Amino acid sequence: MNRGKYLINGNKPLTKDVWEMTLEGDTSHITAPGQFINIQLDGFYLRRPISICDYDEKTITIIYKVVGHGTEAMAKLLPGEYLDVLCGLGNGFDVSKCSETAVLIGGGVGVPPMFNLCKKLLSEGKDVSVILGFNTKDEIFYEDEFKALGAKVYVSTVDGSYGTKGFVTDVLKDLEYDYFYTCGPMPMFRAIEKIAATSGQYSFEERMGCGFGACMGCSCKTKYGYKRICRDGPVLEREEIIW
Amino acid sequence: MVNTKVNLCGIELDNPVIPASGTFGFGYEFAELYDINCLGTFSFKGTTKDSRFGNPTPRIAECDSGMINAVGLQNPGVEKVISEELPRLAKCFSKPVMANVSGFSLEEYAYTCEKLDKEEQVGWLEVNISCPNVHGGGMSFGTSPAAAAEVTRAVKAVTTKPVIIKLSPNVTDIVAIAKACEEAGADGVSLINTLLGMRIDLKTGKPVIANKMGGFSGAAIKPVGIRMVYQVSQAVNIPVIGMGGVSTAEDVIEYIMAGATAVEVGAANLVDPYASKTIVENLPAVMDKYGIKNLNDIKGCAHNG
Repeated sequence: MNRGKYLINGNKPLTKDVWEMTLEGDTSHITAPGQFINIQLDGFYLRRPISICDYDEKTITIIYKVVGHGTEAMAKLLPGEYLDVLCGLGNGFDVSKCSETAVLIGGGVGVPPMFNLCKKLLSEGKDVSVILGFNTKDEIFYEDEFKALGAKVYVSTVDGSYGTKGFVTDVLKDLEYDYFYTCGPMPMFRAIEKIAATSGQYSFEERMGCGFGACMGCSCKTKYGYKRICRDGPVLEREEIIW
Repeated sequence: MVNTKVNLCGIELDNPVIPASGTFGFGYEFAELYDINCLGTFSFKGTTKDSRFGNPTPRIAECDSGMINAVGLQNPGVEKVISEELPRLAKCFSKPVMANVSGFSLEEYAYTCEKLDKEEQVGWLEVNISCPNVHGGGMSFGTSPAAAAEVTRAVKAVTTKPVIIKLSPNVTDIVAIAKACEEAGADGVSLINTLLGMRIDLKTGKPVIANKMGGFSGAAIKPVGIRMVYQVSQAVNIPVIGMGGVSTAEDVIEYIMAGATAVEVGAANLVDPYASKTIVENLPAVMDKYGIKNLNDIKGCAHNG
């Protein structure tokens, strides 16, 4: 982890309430896809933990949904401003666990961390399918970006306005894969847990205090002992999770 | 050259800056970022006789200029603290550490303190009788002078190192409780622990925190801490550690002027992992700015007039 000032290069809406922000700064502490950053905002006491969607040597892309006062303030930030950021937090996804064919399942704002993971897996020659789950057509983002990476992309919408009508599991049940990675809401996790055919990794969300393992604010019980979502997670292996 | 050294219950600290229990773990998360030997000392994660998971999540709620936590004393239990955490800490921290202890009965407090008292790395025992986040223990010992004195006596009877009792602000008269601890043999008191608080989520109409209530800390509580340190330090003759909303070197000086011997830094560590280090680094310049050569010269200066 490092703390630094990051320059906002871009901040734009992708849908009605989902925004994409690009930041320029030190990315050398990012060690795996699925890690997150923790952003300090003027006027707010605690930082905002946001998953890393993509990164390279000097830029980070994050995607966030405007759900409260903090994210409302983020949406008002302009390119050229600087943010105080803790970078490279959490364990991230372990790509070595997938042997050949991976399926990546993102639900809503659980989609972003799948993007760099998809890139990594493809670069290692893995066969990657991506399932993106949304409520309705207007909420869809990053479908084309995933396609451009070369992944097989499936979209599900609850109301059937685009792609497969229903849930990500309505796509997942017909796919062949030897490992899965997922991030999204708990009801989606529970549905995946019921039908998933292989081992996999789930990325969890929790209200955090510090984001780097000091306060014990985001602890959970696992079969391998107590873990901090911010430090020992956010990614947990299917085998260790207590549902 | 300014002198930042202070003496806390017979042990000299290079500076009065002490990260507070529950905001600094057992030090390693911070030792990865900087050399934590720059600190006066730190108070490690509240330790109980048995291992505890603590409360269900969510345990954290944000507030204006502060936060509420209801962690509930998650810790691996005193045996593991001694067998695993302290040896690991020894690799990154060479100063005496403050052992923070909590309990659910007099026997538990005494048991845990007696064990930690024997550890060479431990310089002080900070006895938490003020945790608002556990039922049937913690704060219930800190809300009456008689109960506070009982815990103090039970711990003093089985220990040799300085015993500092950590007091709750959630009481009608903190001075009476501090005096009861002093009379029972306490070597110092630290205050304030968190203020009992609550947030409600407007979307659900329910408390944000699973435990409903929790301890409110952060910059917002500083005036309450300053006031209580001011009152307690005039009423007792043992050292007072001041805390509550400390986030700058100026705050440290304000607490010492109120009567504190040393100062703990809590929630600020969670917002900025370098907060305590920055306070240590900024302290000499801030002392210089206010013409302070030695922190002992200004201790309790606010009491006069």
